[in-house]
Parts: sequence; C-alpha cells; structure tokens
Amino acid sequence: MKELYFDSVVIGGGAAGMASALELDKAGLSTAILEREECLGGILGQCIHNGFGLIEFNEELSGPEFAEKVEERLAATGVRAFTGLTVMELQLASELKTLYCYSGQHGVLRINAKLVVLAMGCRERNRGNIRIPGDRPAGVYTAGLAQRLVNIEGYIPGKDVVIIGSGDIGLIMARRMSWVGCKVHAVVEILPYPSGLTRNIVQCLNDFDIPLYLSHLTTRIIGRKRVEGVEITPIESGAIMTEKAFVIPCDTVLLSVGLVPENELSKMAGVEINPMTNGPFADSMLMTNIPGVFACGNVLHVHDLVDYVVEEARRAGIYAASWLKGNSPKAEARVKTGANVRYTAPSRVDPDKNNKLYLRSLIVKNDAQLEVRINNRLVKSIKKTHIQPSEMLTVDLGPKELESVKDSPDPVVEIAIS
Amino acid sequence: MSEELICITCPIGCHLSIERLPEGKLAVSGNRCPRGIKYANEELLNPKRVVSATAAIDYSGIEHEESLAEIARIPVRTDAAYPKEGVNEVLAAIYALKVKLPIKRGTILLADFKGSGVNVIAARSLGLEALA
Ligand SMILES: Cc1cc2nc3c(=O)[nH]c(=O)nc-3n(C[C@H](O)[C@H](O)[C@H](O)COP(=O)(O)OP(=O)(O)OC[C@H]3O[C@@H](n4cnc5c(N)ncnc54)[C@H](O)[C@@H]3O)c2cc1C
Ligand code: SF4
Repeated sequence: MKELYFDSVVIGGGAAGMASALELDKAGLSTAILEREECLGGILGQCIHNGFGLIEFNEELSGPEFAEKVEERLAATGVRAFTGLTVMELQLASELKTLYCYSGQHGVLRINAKLVVLAMGCRERNRGNIRIPGDRPAGVYTAGLAQRLVNIEGYIPGKDVVIIGSGDIGLIMARRMSWVGCKVHAVVEILPYPSGLTRNIVQCLNDFDIPLYLSHLTTRIIGRKRVEGVEITPIESGAIMTEKAFVIPCDTVLLSVGLVPENELSKMAGVEINPMTNGPFADSMLMTNIPGVFACGNVLHVHDLVDYVVEEARRAGIYAASWLKGNSPKAEARVKTGANVRYTAPSRVDPDKNNKLYLRSLIVKNDAQLEVRINNRLVKSIKKTHIQPSEMLTVDLGPKELESVKDSPDPVVEIAIS
Repeated sequence: MSEELICITCPIGCHLSIERLPEGKLAVSGNRCPRGIKYANEELLNPKRVVSATAAIDYSGIEHEESLAEIARIPVRTDAAYPKEGVNEVLAAIYALKVKLPIKRGTILLADFKGSGVNVIAARSLGLEALA
C-alpha cells in the first residue's frame, strides 16, 4: 500500500475544503486536499445560476465561476490536490491521524497527517427521509441530482414536473426546468410559508406562473412504471383534509426537502454530532471533540451562502494551523440556544478573541431582537428588520462583550430571539 | 385597478400595491423604504433578468475527451440583466450554440445580443488541460 505524509489533510475539495487549504498552506504547512470527484469545486459546479460571490469577490457570479476563481488561488500555492480519490476510513485517536483512501489512479492509499479538516459538504434528504407513501415508479429525483443531470451531464429527467418542498434548490430547478422546455405544474410545501428566499419565489415561480401550494401535504406518488401523478392534500388548522385531496398529473417528481451534513465517516471515527445541525459539535477553534480534527462548510452545518462557507473555512484553516503550533483557548464558554434559536455554530466561544457565530432562527418575524446573555445578564442586543429560518444569522462576540465569562467556573452564553 | 408585487431588494419582502397614474407614472404603496419604489418602477416598466443556461460542446478540437470528466455541456450566462420579454430569444440563441474547446471563462460567445449591450459569456474554462 502506498503511504504518504502531510502536515494537514482536508477531506473534500468544495468551497470549504479549498478555502481552508489556502490558509493551511499560508501558515507553512504541507497540505493535501482529497476529493472524490474528478474536479474540485464541489456542489458549485452544478449551480450555474447567478448569486455567488457578492461578499467574497464583490461581483455576482455563477457557481462554476466562483469555484474556478478559488481554484486559481489554490493553483498558485503548494497545496497538493488529489481528485478521483475517496476517503473510506479515518483513524483519528492517536497524534498522527491515518486516512484510508481509494482512487482509480493510485489504488488503496494510506495518508497520514498531524491534523485533519473535515469539509465533506452535505447531501440531500430523499424520499425515504420524508416517507412519502405510494408506488415506487421511475421519475422521482432529488432536486440536486436533477440539477447535476441537467447542468453537467446534459440529460433532462422528464417533461411534466411537480416539485415537492420549497427549498431554494427546488425553486432554482423550477426555473431551470422551465428554461429547458419542461412544464413545471406545481411546487408543494407542507409548511404555511415557503422555505426558500422571496427572491427565488418571485424569479423562479411567479415569472413562470408556477403555482405554490402552501400547507399541502404530498400524500401519494402514483404510477406503475413511470410517475403518473402526485396526490396532494390541504392542511387546514393542523388537520389533514383527506376529502379535499387532489391529483396533479406529471411524469417527474423533484424533491427539495432539505440537506444533511455528510458525516458517516466522522461518526465512524468517533466525532460527536450535534443533533440540531447533524454536524460535529465545534469549539471556538472549530475543532471537534477529537483533538486535531476540525470541521467547516456544509459538513458542519448547512449554509445558504457560499461566501459564508468560505469565511468559516478560512477561520478553520487559521485555527487548525494555530492549534498545531500549540495554541488553544485558556477559557471557553458553552453557547446555549435560548428562545427561538435552532442552533449556533460553533457551540463554544473564547473570551480572549473575536468570535463569529452562525445561527438559525425557528421563527419568521419582522422587527426582531437578537439577545446575548451571559449567566442571565444581557450583554448584547441586535435589531433585525427581518428574520426567517432559511436565512442564516451572524453574531460577533469579542473580548469586551465576553469579559464576564471569566468570572464564573461554568459560564453559559445564551442567545435568544424575541 | 392596482397591481401587486413583492419587493425582492431585501429579505423583508414588502407587498407593494401599485397604481398606474395617467401620465405613465406609478404610485407605489406598501413599501417600507424608498428602494421599494425603485424596484416597482424597474419591475413594471422595464423588467430584466440574468439568464443562465448551458450550451452544447464541439469536441472536434479536443483529443482527450476523458479529461473533461462527466461535463457534457458548458455553463453560460448573460453578463448583465436582459429585458425579460426577450429571455426566450436569448435561450434559443444559447441552445443553437456549439462551443469550440478549449475555452476560457469569460469568453464572449454571443456579443451585444440584439444590440442590447448584453453579452453571453462562458461561465467556466474547459479543455485547457487537454490542450496543455
Ligand atoms: C443546489 C444548491 C444551490 C445553492 N445556491 C447558492 C447560491 O445561489 N448562492 C450561494 O452563495 N450559495 C448557494 N448554495 C450554497 C453553497 O454553494 C454551498 O453551501 C457551498 O458551495 C458548500 O461548500 P462545501 O465545500 O461545504 O461543500 P461541497 O461543495 O458539497 O463540497 C464537499 C466535497 O467533499 C467531497 N467529499 C465528500 N465525501 C468525501 C470523501 N469521503 N472522500 C473524498 N471527498 C469527499 C464531495 O465530493 C464534494 O466535492 C447552494 C447550494 C446548493 C446545494
Ligand atoms: S421596500 Fe425596502 S424594506 Fe421593503 S422589501 Fe423592498 S427594500 Fe426591503
């Protein structure tokens, strides 16, 4: 078996992996990126729509352009990128981490490193995850798979489409399918409000007169060999109105029902997972419970903007390199999710530095207030003109705000929305 | 008769109601800030969209097709927003293209489309390694 040694390895060559590798390289560490696809860029390669890079590059780019611009930065460094190489198993317990990998070109490889950055991204929830009853015909795809088929591989999965779930990927695909000549008959959402951005509702549905059925449950997929239709049922005041069910004929169903961080590898290796994010618990250095193992991007928690992914990944790279030099926080405080907050990432803060926390709200609200309390004392309050679960929020907490953390043995920083 | 629009300039998404005044101007209400008025004017009087799609590839210049991985079409987009009523014409022109490889990101594929000043550009580089 071929054996290789690096100071640091990054698993996954998407936006997160590339951005963290750039920082590890800058810190003088020998660094490898391990990517199972034939090219770098991750999910960006299939996101051909506009809307990437306003923060990072100050212009609105498509996904492939964003990826290529980051790749160009990478090409100018000493980072070694392996593509077509899948990481199969991690052994993380000892000081030297070992990764067992497989590639068509190299066969089985053992790669060793002093630190590992997890950047495996996420995958889509599928029909099994949301349990739609009915037949099992051909023609049911996740929206992201359909996006890959249409945008990269050049196949159109069907002609008459119904999209289940109003997440942004589904909305983007509604426009894309319309633009390749398909008819999108409906988007069906179980919640009373859409889970995607208003911008996408307007430009991807309203532009094409695609009806959006809110508070509707998909009760059946119909079809023997190929999808013939979906049965949907309105929900009124919490009750499923069976007698009001109706069928929308179609030959293709796209599911846009959420993303889950890809943590099978991490779990097998003993990384502790936060049930609220399905990503690892991370401390103020974005380090998991295993010393020397860091996480960033969609594998840590699902992001909606690639610019935030890059920002977070850069910090992971900087912290990881600093950890290897022997730096670690002197004191840390737990972050507790208060009222109306689903999660925060990371879940710890360091009172000696500037911390950036990402969080998601559980509610939709105008004129909301985001409040930070330390041991029940208010230390920061931020006005938000509008919040919704699909838009990630950020909070900066610096040494001044966190000063009182040092006064108690087990300080709790609580973040709440009202 | 008033028309309804949702302002998409910021995430609040105000529901705007718009009256068309006799002299061709618009009276906008429901906006929480002046940007809503600007949005309503653009969207009702001169709506525009950025178009992104994919184009077919002409492989004749490429010896090692396998270096393209599974990429069967090249992503392209307009470099600025194009009048909404002409979007289908832009799409038809994109679908009629056969893009010769290798190609560099940003290369203009359709220049100054119908005199609009808007170009269609390649949204990624492809086949450059195969040439090297
Ligand atoms: C469909 C869609 C539309 C989006 N639209 C927008 C938008 O309009 N604007 C915006 O700013 N953001 C958008 N985003 C969000 C943003 O693009 C992503 O959050 C970001 O690109 C994720 O980067 P990542 O590196 O964390 O994950 P990914 O890009 O998923 O990268 C993870 C990589 O890890 C690799 N990998 C996984 N496991 C292994 C393994 N075992 N061995 C080797 N390699 C492995 C995968 O192959 C993949 O390449 C969108 C996201 C999606 C999914
Ligand atoms: S009118 Fe102003 S506040 Fe309302 S959505 Fe538009 S930009 Fe936002």
